Amino acid sequence: MLELFLHLLLLFGLSPLLPGVIGKTKALFAGRVGPPFLQSYYDIWKLLGKGLVISRTTTWVFRAGPVLGLAVPVLAALLVPFGAIGAPLSFAGDLIFFVYLFGLSRFFTAAAALDTGSSFEGMGAAREVTFSCLAEPTVFFCFIVLARLSGSLSLDAMFGQALNAGWQSAGPSLVLVLACLFVVVLVENCRIPFDDPNTHLELTMIHEVMVLDHSGPDFGMILYGAAMKLFVLGALVVRLVFPGATENVLLDTLLFSGSMLLLAVVIGVVESTMARLRLLRVPQLLVGTMLLSFFSLILLLR
Amino acid sequence: MRTLNPQLLKNGEAVTLDAVTILDFGDFRDCLLAEVRKQGRVAACFGVPVAEGGRDLELFALVARDRNACVAVYRTRISERFPSLTPDCPQMHLFEREIAEQYGVVPEGHPWLKPLRFHSAWRSGADVWGRPADQHPRIGEMEFYRVDGEGVHEVAVGPVHAGIIEPGHFRFQCYGEKVMHLEISLGYQHRDIERMLQNGPHPSTMAQMETIAGDTSIGHGLAHCQVLEALSGCEVPAQAQAIRAVALELERLANHVGDIGALAGDVGFLPTFSYCGRLRGDYLNLTAALCGSRFGRGLVRPGGVLFDLEPALAGEMLARLKGIEGNTMGALDLFFDAPSVLSRFEGRGRVSRSVAEDLGLVGVAAKACGVPRDSRFFHPTGVYRQLFDDLITEETGDAMARARMRSREITVSIELLRRIMDTLPEGPIRAQMGPLQGNALAISMVEGWRGEVVHVGLTDGDGRLRRYKIVDPSFHNWSGLAMAMRDEQISDFPLCNKSFNLSYCGFDL
Repeated sequence: MLELFLHLLLLFGLSPLLPGVIGKTKALFAGRVGPPFLQSYYDIWKLLGKGLVISRTTTWVFRAGPVLGLAVPVLAALLVPFGAIGAPLSFAGDLIFFVYLFGLSRFFTAAAALDTGSSFEGMGAAREVTFSCLAEPTVFFCFIVLARLSGSLSLDAMFGQALNAGWQSAGPSLVLVLACLFVVVLVENCRIPFDDPNTHLELTMIHEVMVLDHSGPDFGMILYGAAMKLFVLGALVVRLVFPGATENVLLDTLLFSGSMLLLAVVIGVVESTMARLRLLRVPQLLVGTMLLSFFSLILLLR
Repeated sequence: MRTLNPQLLKNGEAVTLDAVTILDFGDFRDCLLAEVRKQGRVAACFGVPVAEGGRDLELFALVARDRNACVAVYRTRISERFPSLTPDCPQMHLFEREIAEQYGVVPEGHPWLKPLRFHSAWRSGADVWGRPADQHPRIGEMEFYRVDGEGVHEVAVGPVHAGIIEPGHFRFQCYGEKVMHLEISLGYQHRDIERMLQNGPHPSTMAQMETIAGDTSIGHGLAHCQVLEALSGCEVPAQAQAIRAVALELERLANHVGDIGALAGDVGFLPTFSYCGRLRGDYLNLTAALCGSRFGRGLVRPGGVLFDLEPALAGEMLARLKGIEGNTMGALDLFFDAPSVLSRFEGRGRVSRSVAEDLGLVGVAAKACGVPRDSRFFHPTGVYRQLFDDLITEETGDAMARARMRSREITVSIELLRRIMDTLPEGPIRAQMGPLQGNALAISMVEGWRGEVVHVGLTDGDGRLRRYKIVDPSFHNWSGLAMAMRDEQISDFPLCNKSFNLSYCGFDL
């Protein structure tokens, strides 16, 4: 019970800090002060208190998008161990449930975007589904590698103690998995080089353009959901890098939180030093990542 | 074809109208086409009513002969309709649309006869498109070019944009992510500046000239002053010429640096974006040190300038420039050394040399396609006669070439600033302006940072302005952007657009 409570506390409490840390890192590189660390909390709080504008052309699907966008990361988070704190919910084969939970939210976000009838949002939806269907095989190959290493089909075990031994026995394979999962984190959370979360140019946006019509609490939910998604997917990467456990819950929590913030800094550094990819290049890179993850599986099986 | 010797004049010169022969339209057409074949380009073309309230229109075409450093003036008369020159000379397409909209005359056979700025005709009862005369036409209301078919869709952007930029409407015909055609519809900022100058110059004229395009205050202000000085035969003191050139180059530096920063911002490359944003401010502050206004407002006035550049101030500015230069080069190196940046810009938004020549592109956009166009070089005035010798062109004509053009021009401009400020002639900064010569025409071409700014003034018998024509470089170059987008990815539009960085209000006037 305590673990579930701690789990949710970390998810709800800490996740909006990640965009703040990324923003601060980017500001540091640019020589600016940047928005405060807690800016995302302020934004979400502000949006939740605002009114809503809903286009007359839309249906219930438009409202469902943000709800799913918030509910799915919460559900998915329950399947994922946060550092050494085990996942509250775990069953054999939950990795498939995990992947398609995000598929479900993506379906509704895209459907909500199409529901508005705007040509921009249609373009964004088309791009989003193209890229994510290319990212999906990568995730599965990575998961298969981890499942094979741990001999289990649940995320909790795959990202559990077996990783310690895994780094000894199959280091090269796990390095590739790590690289692939990091790319997945970037592409799924619309970070540079795949998407630019700060751009105002509708024609180049991917994720941002799909939520252009959402406002007020709905948009607040989207922001909160996006932060949680980053947190959940980031947790996988962090766990892969720091598979150890200290047996002290407080220390483990601190270690996990610290490494999450470190991940945010790394993302901030990537965003500060790279330009965005050309949209045509994104699928090529994702296919490359897919091959890389496939290769990691071969390395393990050889 | 008969050979007719046109009246020639140099940049910043006036000619009496009597000296310009009125050709009949056939000769006018032949001469113009022959000029364009010989690599002339139409710098300005405009109509003037022959008599107040009459239906006849006098047509003037000023063709720049870059190699001979002169401008040929052609003049003809037309009435309600005239055969369009556009099919044979694409450079004329916007000029003819402009004349059609202003005076309600029909260029017959024009392939793309649509309103340009969506204002009512200047003469009552004469609208080519039959729009009601008693109300302002709805801006953007016209037949857009459309592509039909499976998988083809239309994307409309603007006039309200997501960023803080000027209003303009872009209509894309797309097949998936690929752009088949882009049509640009402007006119949202039409202020009717040309007609405000009638019977002028007025006391408010200089302020209006400096805001034709706010980022080209010096360019347009200078072009206007040169017209008035040509018409009044005023000799501008050497020190004033030098100060004007300093201001013009500082304006170029600020905008070019800002543009490269904005280009970096568009692809999400933060280092150059952040540095250049600040550096642009540093260049603007140099202009402010000169005259108190960051955009150079109130510096250039007919007869000279209002603020002197003392040697002490020049020394201080040069010292500051040295520091800024180091930072600028650092920011530019970051940009041009990053592979992720290069891969975004190379090959995007390509305009071929022949398209650039056909459309009469000017400035950075033309030079990036290997077309040498620089009025500082071909039609120099003031200190540019002695000090400017560095005409730069790029070959590839893509967004990268336009970025590189800017970066190389930055180097040239800084060098030029040093040369000018090292050899400041001193002396008076303003000469007395006499009255304007009556029944005369004067042209002035200034290489603003975007390209060639052309002003033409035509006076009546009393020496007041009867017709004033302004051609901002954006007037030509918007068509270049439309062509550059053909077969491009729609997601690359913001980047291509920024690589041209054209003025909306400079076009709308």
